[in-house]
Amino acid sequence: MSWEKDRIAKAKEIIEMYPQKRSALGPLLYLALDKDGYISNESIVEISSLIGITEVQVQSVASFYSMYKQEPTGKYLLSVCKSISCEISNSSDVITKVKEFTNLSNNETDEEGLFTYESVECIGACGGAPAIQINYETVEGLTPEKAVDLCKWLKEEQPKVIVADELQLKFGGQKSFDWAIEDNSGSSSPVPGFQTYEMQEDIQ
Amino acid sequence: MKETILLTKHMRENPEESHLLKSYEKNGGYKGAKKVLKSGSPESVLEEIKSSNIRGRGGAGFPTGVKWGFLAEDEERYLVINADESEPGTFKDRILLERDPHQLIEGMIITCFAANISKAFIYIRGEYAKPARRVQNAVEQAYEKGYLGKNIFGSAMDLDIVVHLGAGAYICGEETALLNSLEGRRGEPRLKPPFFPAVKGLYNKPTLVNNVETISSVPWIMNNSGKDYASLGVEGSTGTRIFSLSGHINNPGNYEIEMGSSFGEFVESLGKGVRNKKSIKAYIPGGASAPWLRGDQLDVKMTIDDVANEGSMLGSGAVVMMDEDTNLLLAAKSLVSFFAHESCGQCTPCREGTTWLENILDRIASGRGRLSDIDLLLDVCDNISPGLTWPPKMTTICPLGPSATASIVSLMKDFRSEVEILLPKKVVLS
Repeated sequence: MSWEKDRIAKAKEIIEMYPQKRSALGPLLYLALDKDGYISNESIVEISSLIGITEVQVQSVASFYSMYKQEPTGKYLLSVCKSISCEISNSSDVITKVKEFTNLSNNETDEEGLFTYESVECIGACGGAPAIQINYETVEGLTPEKAVDLCKWLKEEQPKVIVADELQLKFGGQKSFDWAIEDNSGSSSPVPGFQTYEMQEDIQ
Repeated sequence: MKETILLTKHMRENPEESHLLKSYEKNGGYKGAKKVLKSGSPESVLEEIKSSNIRGRGGAGFPTGVKWGFLAEDEERYLVINADESEPGTFKDRILLERDPHQLIEGMIITCFAANISKAFIYIRGEYAKPARRVQNAVEQAYEKGYLGKNIFGSAMDLDIVVHLGAGAYICGEETALLNSLEGRRGEPRLKPPFFPAVKGLYNKPTLVNNVETISSVPWIMNNSGKDYASLGVEGSTGTRIFSLSGHINNPGNYEIEMGSSFGEFVESLGKGVRNKKSIKAYIPGGASAPWLRGDQLDVKMTIDDVANEGSMLGSGAVVMMDEDTNLLLAAKSLVSFFAHESCGQCTPCREGTTWLENILDRIASGRGRLSDIDLLLDVCDNISPGLTWPPKMTTICPLGPSATASIVSLMKDFRSEVEILLPKKVVLS
């Protein structure tokens, strides 16, 4: 299915922001993710005609970056960090427990489409290791037990918006830095880029 | 030992609203930029930056004033802020983006004035969803106020800023890969020389690529002076620097300090010591790419040159402390896996080598190590980075491949016995 009018208008607006059309490819791939939860063939065709490059060129870029998902993502994308500071703070136990609870291997999505699991490289939460991102919202200072509690809570509550501060308070511990601003902003889907263009009215 | 607070002053004193324009202005924000645009000249700004002796905060430590001086003449020139902070251990740009985005924007305005640039980009890694929202909001606030757009502050200067999200590729922190990514291409580094971004960068036009922390320092330097900035820290590492401290530490976090004290003092006084009163076995002085230093080297001074003299680098300012109980083989494996995952695939030594290293470490860790594995590891490392020196000799376009060898070389140089005990014993037939 091709893109609806609104999305094409949005895409054209984004293209206008750049000196050369092709620079809009990244943001347009996020628009594609927002539509289907992955980069569909239809979106590739649409983007190639909007930017004026071939479909293969679009796919070649899309496949390079880990955040342009090539397969449908669940409602909640669970990304557990496994880089050095988390690794030496027992992130492997967090990974084991989360995998166990969700019954998923790396880059898998469950049948209900609720969780997608991935273990990822550094998410910049090293002071609060081990850490997890849910739809790219960071929760720091986890324990394996708290990580499972977090997953259970997500499964039961199924919140529309993931608010990092709320989850940090409920399930987190040590943070990377203390002088934090409390806010209720969050993400409403596992597509980070989209919110840059569809800002939520939460930080006033 | 105390912190010297320049860049993090506003965010600490106004913890609830430091990301808002009204708070930034109430505390003297945008005054520097207004003054510069009204009565300053590009030459005078460049002079201040040069006299501050500030060196780039992204990792390479190149003198910022010199970089600006290299920018070639052209009608179209660009400023690109590198906010693709992904070096394991580093989380300093995250607070600058999240807590004080207007400081960065003011720095960009002054920089663009000095370099006669009217189009700038902030390239933020995609995983930094919240910092990106804050920055995007700040940019919008600045447009509304007339601080961005046409004739900013009523002057003749125009400046547009676009916030661009990356999509999960560490390599895009390398400046030429970042430019390719921003052009809508795969994030593969460009061969340099012949052309550096200052001559042929974004769209083949002269481009300044600077780190978030570097440009966030510009307003302070202009509000005070280059000389004031240079009087902080030590020669060759002037000013303050935000260090990200993590690992087995009681009080991890971001600390803004003058360079020049020792890692040991830093850990004891600001980090409040090692967890459970243990001792440090090894530490990473400057991010995942940096060779390790040993626990008995904690008296090394935290300056760019002192750490370089020890055969490592201060890099991105990420200090990771590993205590006596740390399994260093697993630590090295985590670091090597990182580079294997993030290799862009252009150069054979890096693409193949990092994967080989990962596989060999993996088999040693799972008890299937072979007698010859240490030699094999070092041989693969030597093929990626001949001679195993630091700074590395390269067989690759960018330093990612050689960086992957740093932890293995450190492990084999100082902690070889930890690996040897996992390997089978040589059987001597008599």
